[in-house]
Amino acid sequence: MSLRIVVCVKYVPDATGDRHFAEDLTVDRDDVDGLLSELDEYAVEQALQIKEAADGDAEITVLTVGPEDANDALRKALSMGADKGVHVEDDDLHGTDALGTSLVLAKAIEKTGYDLVVCGMASTDGTMGVLPALLAERLGVPQVTQLSEVSVEGGTVKGRRDGDTATEQLEASLPAVVSVTDQSGEARYPSFKGIMAAKKKPVESLDLDDLDIEADEVGLAGAWTKVDEAAERPARTAGTIVKDEGEGGKQLAEFLAGQKFI
Amino acid sequence: MAEVLVYVDHVDGAVRKPTLELLTLARRIGEPVAVHLGPGADTAAATLAEHGAVKVLTADAPEFADYLVAPKVDALQAAYEAVSPAAVLLPSSTEGKEIGARLAVRIGSGIITDAVDLEAGDEGPVATQSVFAASYTTKSRITKGTPVITVKPNSAAPEAAPAAGTVEQLAVTVAETSKGTKVVSRTPRESTGRPELTEAAIVVSGGRGVNGAENFPVIEALADSLGAAVGASRAAVDAGWYPHTNQVGQTGKSVSPQLYIAAGISGAIQHRAGMQTSKTIVAINKDAEAPIFDLVDYGVVGDLFEVVPALTDEVKSRKG
Ligand SMILES: Cc1cc2nc3c(=O)[nH]c(=O)nc-3n(C[C@H](O)[C@H](O)[C@H](O)COP(=O)(O)OP(=O)(O)OC[C@H]3O[C@@H](n4cnc5c(N)ncnc54)[C@H](O)[C@@H]3O)c2cc1C
Ligand SMILES: Cc1cc2nc3c(=O)[nH]c(=O)nc-3n(C[C@H](O)[C@H](O)[C@H](O)COP(=O)(O)OP(=O)(O)OC[C@H]3O[C@@H](n4cnc5c(N)ncnc54)[C@H](O)[C@@H]3O)c2cc1C
Repeated sequence: MSLRIVVCVKYVPDATGDRHFAEDLTVDRDDVDGLLSELDEYAVEQALQIKEAADGDAEITVLTVGPEDANDALRKALSMGADKGVHVEDDDLHGTDALGTSLVLAKAIEKTGYDLVVCGMASTDGTMGVLPALLAERLGVPQVTQLSEVSVEGGTVKGRRDGDTATEQLEASLPAVVSVTDQSGEARYPSFKGIMAAKKKPVESLDLDDLDIEADEVGLAGAWTKVDEAAERPARTAGTIVKDEGEGGKQLAEFLAGQKFI
Repeated sequence: MAEVLVYVDHVDGAVRKPTLELLTLARRIGEPVAVHLGPGADTAAATLAEHGAVKVLTADAPEFADYLVAPKVDALQAAYEAVSPAAVLLPSSTEGKEIGARLAVRIGSGIITDAVDLEAGDEGPVATQSVFAASYTTKSRITKGTPVITVKPNSAAPEAAPAAGTVEQLAVTVAETSKGTKVVSRTPRESTGRPELTEAAIVVSGGRGVNGAENFPVIEALADSLGAAVGASRAAVDAGWYPHTNQVGQTGKSVSPQLYIAAGISGAIQHRAGMQTSKTIVAINKDAEAPIFDLVDYGVVGDLFEVVPALTDEVKSRKG
């Protein structure tokens, strides 16, 4: 019985670019280059390692919800070694929030069929870090989230969660949703062979009709949340910068004392 | 007045500061009703009442510790059904966000995470978020269901506002389906005796410039002289010089102290994402071109091994 793994991957604006909002207060995705969210590379990596540990007896599907360009994120994941892609794309998805995204992802995951869903710990744009929990709730399966170590054996997923106050060892039966942190292990670079092979791997395209989702359940109009204002943070007024010529520590202490920190 | 559920973050009844901040914010939109799960409700109740909780709903069950997140969602849902609140507030911890998210699905509500401020609005609470590594500030609200909002630490100064804080037992049935993820073992983090990173008023962080675990005491000594928490950049953490629990940034902790001191940190966007909302920012870096200097209120271009010990001595002597 082959293990069916679905990895959720998000296409995001490059964090090192000049990210901003469009007029409708959604993320401007036209002006800044997009890429596979770096934190999802860790999810792809762990899926590949789980497949390797199962002697290859697994199939990895990478899934994204996003505009046409989001296909780039799928190609990157496929070039790392995933087997096939699913791209949910529909004009009515523009402006979908977390609740809506989780609805679409959950339906697409059910349609694809799965034993294990692997996500990144958070996206690098919305950075909510709640999608995996939302998915577990919608799918009605265990959540094994924020893992710095993960393994699957005999229908059980085990992982280590480094929480705020404690480190926990977790365990759940499949099917389950997991998310992995950037502590789980460096993601591999796609090889040239991988990049060439990715071009031939199948990517299925789905729209809202295919998932039995009404247009008014998602998108800006169907959103559970509304952004009313987005303002660029005013540039910080230029601070004082001194060069240390033996007095740097003293000068800094003077500043801190002036600000009543000492 | 409408009631507002506040999820209590605590360790055996010792209420953590972010919860007191939540109670303060909750009073802007209604009457806070605290939900305390697990042991220690009696201890917690006094603190919660002191900070404005009109009621404390409490439940304790082994399932809260034995399984991840879901049993607590069952309990919060029970509280939601008992109260019909105008909003549900939780701390923006990993667990707080996950509990809030699952509750939102169950009750058909939207969720806003990582709010840094909260006000009453004509159409329900308005949340301020600081996004894209704090380069934008947004104001949002929830348009469907009962607003579920998670709030970052240090978003408000806790204010005392004595209220009744009547303790009421909450009847909770943990669903079989909520026992999916077993917590096989739990190793509590050893306390360093320093303030909690996300709650500290002052944070001193070291980066790759610290150049080795053996040099981190230089950073710690400054932190201790100021009563500060110690942070680290990912470069320092990845090199094994400091624990990941102290990492500041996008994939570490997000901090918003009164004072942030960065030593030997260049100021990459992912680091900025975790500290840019600090009130006062100070950097020590030997490279005058380091991007961190774009953020600072005060910067010293120099060798941290010269500047930091000199500063520590100066702080100590001034504090007498
Ligand atoms: C700055 C900003 C703030 C936002 N704040 C809110 C808010 O407060 N409330 C709200 O409802 N919405 C919010 N959104 C919208 C929200 O980001 C999107 O709906 C998003 O797809 C889900 O949230 P996330 O990206 O933050 O996911 P996270 O929960 O951070 O992502 C975790 C993981 O889920 C998976 N994932 C997430 N999105 C997708 C996708 N489209 N396709 C495939 N996999 C995916 C990935 O594996 C990812 O690593 C915000 C968006 C932005 C840009
Ligand atoms: C997906 C993703 C997530 C990430 N998450 C985080 C995160 O959460 N937190 C984080 O910090 N980073 C994160 N990073 C990494 C980030 O991009 C940077 O690589 C990292 O912040 C660099 O750390 P640094 O500033 O300590 O090191 P460097 O960039 O190498 O800077 C070291 C600085 O020290 C200075 N220096 C050296 N010696 C001295 C001396 N003797 N005295 C004074 N100054 C000296 C140098 O001039 C230099 O400016 C993330 C990256 C990615 C891709």
